[in-house]
Amino acid sequence: MQLFLAPREVYANAVLVGLIFSAVSIGSASTQEKVLNLYTARHYATDEAFYTGFTKATGIKVDRIEGGEDALFERIKAEGAASPADVFLTVDVARLWRAQQAGIFAPLKSALLAKRIPAHYRDPDGNWFGFSSRARIIAYDRRKVSPGDVARYEELANPKWKSEICTRPSSHPYNLSLISSMILHLGEDKAREWGRGVAANLARPPRGGDTDQLTAVGVGECSIALSNHYYYVRLMRSAKTEDRALVERVGIVWPNQNDRGTHVNISGGGMLKNAPHRDAAAKFLEYLASDTAQTYFANGNNEWPTVKGVKLANPELESFGQFRTDALSLANLGKTQAAAQRLADQVGWK
Amino acid sequence: MTTFVAALRSRIASDISVPRIGALGIVSLVTAALVVAPIAAVVWNIFLPSDATWAHLISTVLPEYIKNTLLLLLLVATGVILCGVLSAWLVTGYQFPGQRALEWALILPMAMPAYVMAYAYTDWLQAAGPVQTTLREITGWRVREYWFPEIRSLPGAAAMLSFALYPYVYLLARSAFFEQSRNTHEAARLAGYGAWGRFWHVSLPLARTGIVAGAALALMETLADFGTVSYFAVNTFTTGIYRAWLSLGDAVAAGQLATCLLVFVLAMLALERMHRGGARYTSNRTPMTPQALRGWKALGAFLLCTAPIAFGFLVPATILLKLALTDPEVHFGTRIYGLITNTFILAGIAAVAAVAVALLLAYAARTVKSPLVHGANRLAVLGYALPGAVIAVGILLPLGRVDNTLVAWMQQQFGVRTGLLLTGSVTALIYAYLVRFLAVAFQTVEAGLTRVTPSMDDAARSLGLSPARTLARVHMPIMRSSLATAALLVFVDVIKELPATFAMRPFNFDTLAVEAYNLAKDERIAEAALPALLMVAIALAPLILLSRQIARSSQRRLSATARDAGAAVPYNDAPLQ
Repeated sequence: MQLFLAPREVYANAVLVGLIFSAVSIGSASTQEKVLNLYTARHYATDEAFYTGFTKATGIKVDRIEGGEDALFERIKAEGAASPADVFLTVDVARLWRAQQAGIFAPLKSALLAKRIPAHYRDPDGNWFGFSSRARIIAYDRRKVSPGDVARYEELANPKWKSEICTRPSSHPYNLSLISSMILHLGEDKAREWGRGVAANLARPPRGGDTDQLTAVGVGECSIALSNHYYYVRLMRSAKTEDRALVERVGIVWPNQNDRGTHVNISGGGMLKNAPHRDAAAKFLEYLASDTAQTYFANGNNEWPTVKGVKLANPELESFGQFRTDALSLANLGKTQAAAQRLADQVGWK
Repeated sequence: MTTFVAALRSRIASDISVPRIGALGIVSLVTAALVVAPIAAVVWNIFLPSDATWAHLISTVLPEYIKNTLLLLLLVATGVILCGVLSAWLVTGYQFPGQRALEWALILPMAMPAYVMAYAYTDWLQAAGPVQTTLREITGWRVREYWFPEIRSLPGAAAMLSFALYPYVYLLARSAFFEQSRNTHEAARLAGYGAWGRFWHVSLPLARTGIVAGAALALMETLADFGTVSYFAVNTFTTGIYRAWLSLGDAVAAGQLATCLLVFVLAMLALERMHRGGARYTSNRTPMTPQALRGWKALGAFLLCTAPIAFGFLVPATILLKLALTDPEVHFGTRIYGLITNTFILAGIAAVAAVAVALLLAYAARTVKSPLVHGANRLAVLGYALPGAVIAVGILLPLGRVDNTLVAWMQQQFGVRTGLLLTGSVTALIYAYLVRFLAVAFQTVEAGLTRVTPSMDDAARSLGLSPARTLARVHMPIMRSSLATAALLVFVDVIKELPATFAMRPFNFDTLAVEAYNLAKDERIAEAALPALLMVAIALAPLILLSRQIARSSQRRLSATARDAGAAVPYNDAPLQ
């Protein structure tokens, strides 16, 4: 409770004079106090648990701002050398890549992180680390489509699915990273052909989130949809009967199992260049790779931990078992993002 | 260099005569400059080179975005004028059952942010929602076998924005209708005009400036909107700004696009001023006698006034309430109290600050009478048309500079490492609200100020009062209710504000709007319903105060003789500066 109103900051800032003196005292206090300043794009009920866990284990308090990925990024850049932020957590590897390009991260050399997190889920120089992974799946109407017909992303461009596909707008990072992966695997020209095919097959103009697309399949507005896997898992775990009825009608496939594997993205973060509490930042990132934190971090959003061998108490997620993931270096996805958006604009994928 | 500066200074002195501006003028100019700074930071981008983003956007999506934006503006203008003017005309010109209650209830949709309305209606009207499900159960139709209006579309977005924004037009039109005198209408009646003819040929032209000013506010909000259009996936010019900035990673091009938006708004406002011309309507203020309606006419008037309240408030509030009550995931934790407190604190401080700044600027413009001061004021209200996120970036950049300079200076002078003083403070957030919402306060305060006759100023000054004391002892008491109205409007707007709060708030400091958005963004609409409803509830309290004021003012007006100088209408017919 005390987290949501820090009277010192609030009231003292009301007048400028008060502000300067209080900020001086805050500033000097925070260098002695054991504190970690976190800017995070995550917002899940289970997050509280791993922040508390970290404070219990290390005695370091976590102060945080949960905000929009991009707004926080702009804020860190604007705050510059005096920024109070120690760690930035966000979703989507393109955002991590862009943050790295802007030079806001400081490389962290951590033997522990290097050992725990597989190489393709982190930046080789230690600028950022992926702590959970999510897959882009194809959902289909069990009554109309056989899973074998949509076994690959490439199938979505097949003219036989005209007016059958639902997806969110192309500008969403989840779609952009999928399009990026298509560009990297097929080359720009073939990827454009694919994008043109998908755009021509859309049942309705792209709108809403991934859950909306799953619902649309369930209700019959279209028979195939793209979604991140955790929205589906959330429906599987829902207490609402209509959500579980939806799962009955909508099946999912892990695309491209017989070739390059299913496209995955990560959520993750890194230590910031101007972090005032570097030790705390390093400790926090290492804590995120611990077994307990990985469980909370991943379970909060029904994602997979990036650390191998972590046990999840999530039977629905575990019911999927092992599947092949696209081993493409995630850093490349970030580089290709702008090209992906241009491609989508050119083929009229709104 | 120094000679150049000296020459410049003497030129400025001779051109705009610095002595005449005086201390008040200078304070006002500096304040306006502070409010304009973030906007200038955005405009600055036109001097920077951008990538090939422009060429790409123009050759692909931009034409469609511009078309959509213009269409949206047209539809929203039509919507707010229809809802606002019609209802204002009915409640001021006629008496019918429920008229008293409707007169204040018509501003209730102001408590409902358009994006929240969008969440509610989508949940209700989409193919999987209760309305269509029931329809299918009754008829046996299947999805895609029948046509149903799509809420997540351009007309849908226009409907949301119209219902959320028509109260601006209603408030202004209503007070404009009140101002009209009985004599004019008697004359029109004698000239053979019927009720419709009087409305069309007398009332409407006389209320024109107020209606246009209200519509201008609504259209500026429409241009700044991202929450509603992005939720509906309607691509507008603002979408283009975000696309350049986020998907294409070109912040410079985004700033340039935002500048285009500003130029468009300036042109729109200039048109509005031209249209107003030198028109100043004064009347002897013998108020009209409302005409009593009976039978089906009374019912028709009642229904016409109820419709906007129903669609803009009752229906979405009921949908949200049902979502919040029936969803098993919704928890009413203690956390919610912190959110409520924070929302109150921000909205309260911002309301007082905005009124103070608006009063300073408006009073300085009145006293100093310098084109420079007037011009600065006109720029200072532009922030209302910029998307909140663009303003946030515009503020963060200069603020970060100032902060880092301050930090270095403190370190050098006193050897203390202070950390950021402004960025991430409540002060910075209040500053952002000022930049964004000054227009709302300024317009109301200025309107109130024009009702104080200049002879009052002269009298007070001749009695030896300084400008500041004249303001405090003469103007402020007279325009008390205008000040209160301005504060209430800003209060309500800040409660609903999202992008700037999202980007600039302090550590561990969440508001109801932030909470609602965080949940909605994560596609947990049912869980978002509770904070959204609380936000509406908090905004309702000041709106009810405002409504009571409206009710009082109308009674006072009806008790004939009261020639109240500064009292009681939320908006006068002085259009946006």
